[in-house]
Amino acid sequence: MEAGLHISISAEPLTEVGGLVITNADLSSVIISMLLILLAVAVRLNLTNNHRPQGLQNAAEWVMESLYNLTQSVTNSRVKTHTFFPLIAGFFLFILVNNWVSILPGVGTIGINRPASQLHGNEQTVFVPLFRAASADLNFTLALALLSVGLTQVFGIKYVGLSYFKKFVNFSNPIMFFVGLLEIISEVAKVLSFAFRLFGNIFAGEVLLAVTLFLMPLIVPLPFYGLEVFVGFIQALVFTMLSLVFFNMATLSHEH
Amino acid sequence: MSTDFAVAFAIGVGAIGPGIGIGILVGKALEAIGRNPEATGKIQTNMILGIAFAEAIAIYALVIALILRFV
Repeated sequence: MEAGLHISISAEPLTEVGGLVITNADLSSVIISMLLILLAVAVRLNLTNNHRPQGLQNAAEWVMESLYNLTQSVTNSRVKTHTFFPLIAGFFLFILVNNWVSILPGVGTIGINRPASQLHGNEQTVFVPLFRAASADLNFTLALALLSVGLTQVFGIKYVGLSYFKKFVNFSNPIMFFVGLLEIISEVAKVLSFAFRLFGNIFAGEVLLAVTLFLMPLIVPLPFYGLEVFVGFIQALVFTMLSLVFFNMATLSHEH
Repeated sequence: MSTDFAVAFAIGVGAIGPGIGIGILVGKALEAIGRNPEATGKIQTNMILGIAFAEAIAIYALVIALILRFV
């Protein structure tokens, strides 16, 4: 069964640059970042100030406006929206494109044959795909989760001040002390649940597509591609919404 | 052989909870839509978000199963 199926739970190394291993997930996420930056620059250069924006500008304005309204509907404050919006929009767009990459033709199928490890001898080669959806690499999702939870603390300190830490360390009475301990644990759990939710959904999607393509290459995988488009969008939205809600909760004072 | 059993057990048991959860979620959402069809859009969005959270728990089990199978 494993002869025809190529499933790897971790990103495979392509090459090494000065001791730093470059994996296929690194490569595709860097390419995606560059494309997004180029798109942003293209939109900025073509920006015209008229009342009926057209084409690219119209699409960009629609996306930005939707995300802005989403942020505003959670925070209910222009000041906070202006602080959170760039991060939220960045998270959403970057994750969305990275999720959708996994269903592009060529991703995971075009690759190179590298010599296998010394254990198997030099004649054997292993197939290494050139591209891999970065969301299907735990390093990528873990980095985003750490960023999101770290920024939650930063916004908490920014808006509530040092009394933000009262949430975690509180000696006023024994119950509050244990509640603080639980809060610390829940912050750590947030990182794990963020990382595993995104990674699990996208990686499971990849495995699902690989298995259905392996069992029945015609027609049958088609609805699963539709499902993956949907799941990619929903997971990007879930990550963004949760980050937004946590940011907003951290900015509210703990004493009601 | 024992790993295969562990894989099947992990995903099989792990899917029970989210299955029940998603069932309750969609059932309640349909009930709400039946009572108040004008709020369909809002209920649907929140329902899908809730399903994504419930589904994530099955996904954790799936990740464990896949790690056991492929690592």
